[in-house]
Amino acid sequence: MSRAIEDRNRRMLRARDTMDRAFAQPLDVPALARIAHVSESHFSRQFRATFGETPHRYLQRRRVERAMELLRETGRPVTEICFDVGFNSLGTFSRTFRAIVGESPSAYHARFAAEGAALLVPACWAMAWMRPAG
Amino acid sequence: MLKRISHTFVHVLDQDEALDFYVGKLGMVVHTDADLGVMRFLTVHFPDQPDVELVLMVPGPPAYDDTTAAEIRELVAKGAGGGGLIFETDDCRGTYDSLRAAGVEFTQEPTERFYGIDCALRDPSGNAIRFTQPPDGPIVVPSAEELQAQP
Repeated sequence: MSRAIEDRNRRMLRARDTMDRAFAQPLDVPALARIAHVSESHFSRQFRATFGETPHRYLQRRRVERAMELLRETGRPVTEICFDVGFNSLGTFSRTFRAIVGESPSAYHARFAAEGAALLVPACWAMAWMRPAG
Repeated sequence: MLKRISHTFVHVLDQDEALDFYVGKLGMVVHTDADLGVMRFLTVHFPDQPDVELVLMVPGPPAYDDTTAAEIRELVAKGAGGGGLIFETDDCRGTYDSLRAAGVEFTQEPTERFYGIDCALRDPSGNAIRFTQPPDGPIVVPSAEELQAQP
């Protein structure tokens, strides 16, 4: 049984890594389920059992985390950042961002611009520590 | 007085698979491969750095009972084994390209940072590895204003 869980964990990690690497691409459940070698109907449930959240939520947090960095460290328009991190509508992006971060993308940008508080840590730390909680 | 790091350990799920990866793909060489009876003591190092050994250890007896070992294996497999390795390279993009072609699983493409160019990958077991190409000159930590001004 344990080896079966181990094997499943590794395949779920492969799907999660794909979201980390290719967050800007249109990833859907069928594509991720193929990577994890599992049926579409089992994928979301098994992913949640492994990592404690749905793949959809994980991908949202990954994209929002990317957007947070771009908002902190660049002066680029919110609309550009929205599409760059993989959202295909500004409305969905703003709603998701606000639900996860607690403020709008433009308010978040303005706050960091005012505080001048860019993060001077390696990317891997920023990615792990700045990712908003589920 | 302690002097330096001589060994560091990583939990792997299968030592032969790890050997194929760390030696066959990453270009390390075997330092010690010894059957100690209770365990196979397997260490590798980079050719230019023979005094820092990476121990490829399968979690199990006598260090861990079977149940604990199974739990560790499950955590390693989902990328939660803890720790991690960061290597240095003089050509991040070139190394990325050749390792990618060799089937290595990357989790982050080469990205330019003030501390250099780095990228991230998994070993076959699920352990996180990064490698960094340092900048030519000294690392200059940018000010917040400079970071904001970057394109």
